[in-house]
Amino acid sequence: MMDGFEERQATIGGAHAKVKHDSAARHVTGKAIFIDDIVAPPGTLEAVFVTSPHAHAKINSIDKTKALNIDGVHDVLIAEDIPGRNDIAPVFEDEPILAEKFAQYVGHPVALVAADNYDVAFHAAKEVFVEYQVLEPILSIAEALKRKEFTYPPQIIGRGDPESAIAAARHKISGEIACGGQDHFYLEGQIALAQPGEETDITVYSSTQHPTEVQHSVSKILGIPINDVTIEVRRMGGAFGGKESQASIIAAAAALAAVKTKRPVKIRLRRDDDMVITGKRHDFEFTYVAGVGDDGRIEGIEIVMAMRSGNVADLSSGVLARALCHGDNCYYLPNVRLSGFPCKTNTVSNTAFRGFGAPQGMLLMEVVIEHIARHLGQSVDAIRAANYYGTSDRNITPYEQVVKDSIVVELTDRLAREVEYEDRKLEVKNFNSRHQTLKKGIALMPVKFGISFNAPPLNQAGALVHVYTDGSVHLNHGGTEMGQGLFIKVAQVVATVFQIDVNNIKISATRTDKVPNTSATAASAGSDLNGMAAFNAAETIKKRMACIAAKHFDVPESDVEFRQNRVFAGNVSMPFAELAQITWSNRVSLSATGYYKTPEIHWDPIKLKGNPFYYFTYGACISEVIIDTLTGESRVLRADILQDCGMSLNPTVDYGQIEGAFVQGMGWLTSEELVWDKEGRLMTHGPSTYKIPGSRDVPPDFNIHILEDAPNRFPTIFRSKAVGEPPLMLAISVWLAIRDAVASISESPLAPKLNAPATPEAILMAVNDIRQRANQ
Amino acid sequence: MTIQFYLNGELRREDAVSPTTTVLDYLRVSAGKTGTKEGCAEGDCGACTIVVVRKNGDDEPLYEAVNSCLLILPQLDGANVVTVEGLARDGHFDPVQTAMVESDGTQCGFCTPGFIMALFALRQGNEKITDGTIHDALAGNLCRCTGYRPIVQAAHQACQDATKDLYGELSPLIPGEGYEHNHQKFFAPQNLSQLAEMRTDYPKAMILAGGTDLGLLFSKDRDPLEAIIYTSSVAELGEIEETKDYLEIGAAVTYTRILPYFERLYPSFATLITRIGSRQIRNVGTIGGNIGTASPIGDTLPCLIALDAMLTLYSKTGSRELPLEDFFIEYRKTDLKPGEFIKSIRIPKLKNKQKFRAYKISKRYDQDISSVIGAYRIEIDGLRVKDIRIAFGGMAEIPKRAVACEGAILDKEWVEDTALKAGLAVTTDFKPLSDHRASKDYRLCVAANLFIRLYRDLTDAEDLMEVVAA
Repeated sequence: MMDGFEERQATIGGAHAKVKHDSAARHVTGKAIFIDDIVAPPGTLEAVFVTSPHAHAKINSIDKTKALNIDGVHDVLIAEDIPGRNDIAPVFEDEPILAEKFAQYVGHPVALVAADNYDVAFHAAKEVFVEYQVLEPILSIAEALKRKEFTYPPQIIGRGDPESAIAAARHKISGEIACGGQDHFYLEGQIALAQPGEETDITVYSSTQHPTEVQHSVSKILGIPINDVTIEVRRMGGAFGGKESQASIIAAAAALAAVKTKRPVKIRLRRDDDMVITGKRHDFEFTYVAGVGDDGRIEGIEIVMAMRSGNVADLSSGVLARALCHGDNCYYLPNVRLSGFPCKTNTVSNTAFRGFGAPQGMLLMEVVIEHIARHLGQSVDAIRAANYYGTSDRNITPYEQVVKDSIVVELTDRLAREVEYEDRKLEVKNFNSRHQTLKKGIALMPVKFGISFNAPPLNQAGALVHVYTDGSVHLNHGGTEMGQGLFIKVAQVVATVFQIDVNNIKISATRTDKVPNTSATAASAGSDLNGMAAFNAAETIKKRMACIAAKHFDVPESDVEFRQNRVFAGNVSMPFAELAQITWSNRVSLSATGYYKTPEIHWDPIKLKGNPFYYFTYGACISEVIIDTLTGESRVLRADILQDCGMSLNPTVDYGQIEGAFVQGMGWLTSEELVWDKEGRLMTHGPSTYKIPGSRDVPPDFNIHILEDAPNRFPTIFRSKAVGEPPLMLAISVWLAIRDAVASISESPLAPKLNAPATPEAILMAVNDIRQRANQ
Repeated sequence: MTIQFYLNGELRREDAVSPTTTVLDYLRVSAGKTGTKEGCAEGDCGACTIVVVRKNGDDEPLYEAVNSCLLILPQLDGANVVTVEGLARDGHFDPVQTAMVESDGTQCGFCTPGFIMALFALRQGNEKITDGTIHDALAGNLCRCTGYRPIVQAAHQACQDATKDLYGELSPLIPGEGYEHNHQKFFAPQNLSQLAEMRTDYPKAMILAGGTDLGLLFSKDRDPLEAIIYTSSVAELGEIEETKDYLEIGAAVTYTRILPYFERLYPSFATLITRIGSRQIRNVGTIGGNIGTASPIGDTLPCLIALDAMLTLYSKTGSRELPLEDFFIEYRKTDLKPGEFIKSIRIPKLKNKQKFRAYKISKRYDQDISSVIGAYRIEIDGLRVKDIRIAFGGMAEIPKRAVACEGAILDKEWVEDTALKAGLAVTTDFKPLSDHRASKDYRLCVAANLFIRLYRDLTDAEDLMEVVAA
């Protein structure tokens, strides 16, 4: 049995290896199958929504007759055709897929037309006559706040006595700021294909991050038990949070039409409909008052965060909680009140989007830090340093979690040193003194991002692993693949357990009948949760196989070792595949489920206190920008990132997450502007009007480093850290650098009046404003 | 009548398809080639990018990336089309595919086939590969996952050298003169007199020049138009004539074809052309189409007005000439008479001391629609401004001369104060609207400030943002 294998390399594609995305070859050849590429069964219909043209209206009547008489139209469905409950609310209730008595936003689906093909359905949808009684809409955060219209009760996180602390402080600052929302702009629009089965069974191929929630929604809408419904998703063409709750609208509607017409039904939202009908990142309006000592430390602070929830609650409670929980960013706030208002407006329901409220919360806190610096005439970085969380004291968050793992000081110091930050700040200053039209700005952004869903029950996951008798492995888990590389990471975990090459592991589509009761692939937690569940499943099988191997080789079980695609017992060994065959012959199961729940977390959703996060992921970025003070145009010249990934499970994948998140964040804060008109219609509903970054917008000098030798202090899967969302917030450095460039126009330290996004218009107006103030 | 074309080297004939079927729908639904994706159906995301190979005058193949969502099937008559399915041959990846895998240029993979095709066209274009040319080639492709850096890296790796392939070897097919299906007519006249006849015989027919704007009627509105007259095959409309005094461009000449002329004659206009849409758009879109659409934010229009361009309008009864600035009457309304169409546009060459500048302001540098566009032809003699023509886009319901601004400059000394005063005259010339691109106040402020940019630009006082961006 000694055959030279000892000389062989270690296995390919284990944990921490730089492994390529499992579908890369299929992506570049066009062979990766997305839902619209599935060969649909003959007779498949397409369905199109009829949507409300009014932001707020009572629906008096709906006349389907004309549409129904069109050749090729199979059915026109309205709320009363729903056999079950017209509700897909992910957290609360009463969030219908088809409007009942009232249309609550422009784009609110009121009917669904199913026809032979898209063109017939599209034209027929215009022949569904809805009689509306137009009502007055609430279209702004301010108006909703004034009328106290909220989608659920306001939330407050507080500690100490901020009023007294502010009153007693040497310096008092106050201000307001706002940041815009953001469309996800996944390249693949929302889509679902529903296929009726026997009796009431139904299978839905849904582009969703949350198959279980889609399953529940379909079950509720159709009034059938959950076990009648199967949801499958192999991959999504991007999601970014936009296919968490929003996918249910499309999938449930497709299922409804499929049941009603007894045909497979596909709904694919075209880009404009996708942008008008489905939710986005929440825009926020903030006010703050802070009391500050001579040392620049915040002694007391009151922050009001008013967010646009939209017409229903959706996931806004979670988003707001995370915004409030990240209003501290990396800073200790001894006396604090963070008040959050989920404003109800007659606009589309805002929803999950990478960062889930944290980017907005952090952005506000960075404005406060900057304001303190301008007020005291000190550098922004000095104020940051004065306020960073301590390691032994000043280390408790406003929600009473102890920050045990902060590396923000080391991280920012190291990045600043490596990119010669202090020298470059001087260079920027020199450049600005020499130039009239163009001004540069430079800024650092530290990030501390809490990992775990704020709601503890969501922090659980399951996996299913089969080993076949040829040694090939089938892997399934509750996580979904949206391009982020989750599938390959989890496969690496299983490969590591069995010590086999990763290409022996078949990655399969996520299905609710394989792994049930899953959480959304969200909150950056996909690999933490599913990786650990798959680890546990594989370990179970490995133990059984080791027991068989011990018998076979007649050695104690502790002498059995899996390595190099083989199983060793001292000097003898056999291929992994052979052991699989022997295990089967011995009538021992080669299939197992695995389960994981995140330890140590708890949260009181009423008091907003607890230990919601298992750990924090840290990062820092320094960005340098240039603006044209005649036009407000801006460019990012350079960005340097140092990102904590723990012991990265796959640096290739993580590197891609960091770059992509940064550029997406940059878009949110610069060129991506959602504009609604006075009637509440979204005016920017396609890429011709809504501008996400293009390749030239990426900093020409863009350097990313993953912090090395930085194992997670908590026992996560192979000591890795979650990294899907945190780097998005590093892009706040770009916005801060633009503010720095604007501020440079004034000799005296003035805080620029610049909201996000910093479009050319916003920048020029801020330039004009600061010029005017400087001359007063 | 039949539409025939090569699809990945295989001859296809179609005679039972509606002529308003988009190429994208044809590929995905009829041909089962689902590698090509729909991301937006408005020519802005590039997920539907395919490559059309045509031959230049020297019988050399030209590989042009185009948006399949904005083309209708009869536009492919006689074409040689390559989709992502046509790249890997005999199990071997094309070098751009290999490079994209090696650079980790894919995450979700949905935009990837479009990027692959854009990169394929770039490589086969024999260009000098720099970050700049790569961004030019990728400006029409959006990716939401990667942050582009690995894709740019793949381009550096794979696009250095063109390779001979079988698509370049195929001999061109002869396009037909039209196509008809179920009462839908698609005319492809071959010469001016045919076009003039059809224009008279079918007064309601839509003139399709490139389709980068009108294509939305098919891709989004699903409008089954009954009659379309396509100008691409009209020989005279494809001509470019250069004399010592002017450049005359046929109405069906694409942006891509005219770009080298502009680079030589009006460099600032050329820079602006490279910011119109993307290569996918510029390979199809035409100057004549831009003029005919008469949009207040058409990028070439203020430039052509500032350059004092002259239109030749043609009909069965003869031709007439009209200064471009008189062509636009009100919002999207032109002086075109029934039976008439745009034959060509004549642009005077810059005289010795004349300089031309165009400044485009938009939210994103590449592939964005202007909020404001300022175009200036200026002649400075010594210190005095001897001649000035200024036009703006995005400032009124039509692209329009800035008469008061011109008045503030003409015969004045060319100093910064003159530029400031010209800026103050902007409010006399224009009362712009607020929309989703920019507010009225911003438009006025920027238009005024652009005079300072013009001054500093011409006097080399300081580097300007456009330089930084390029």
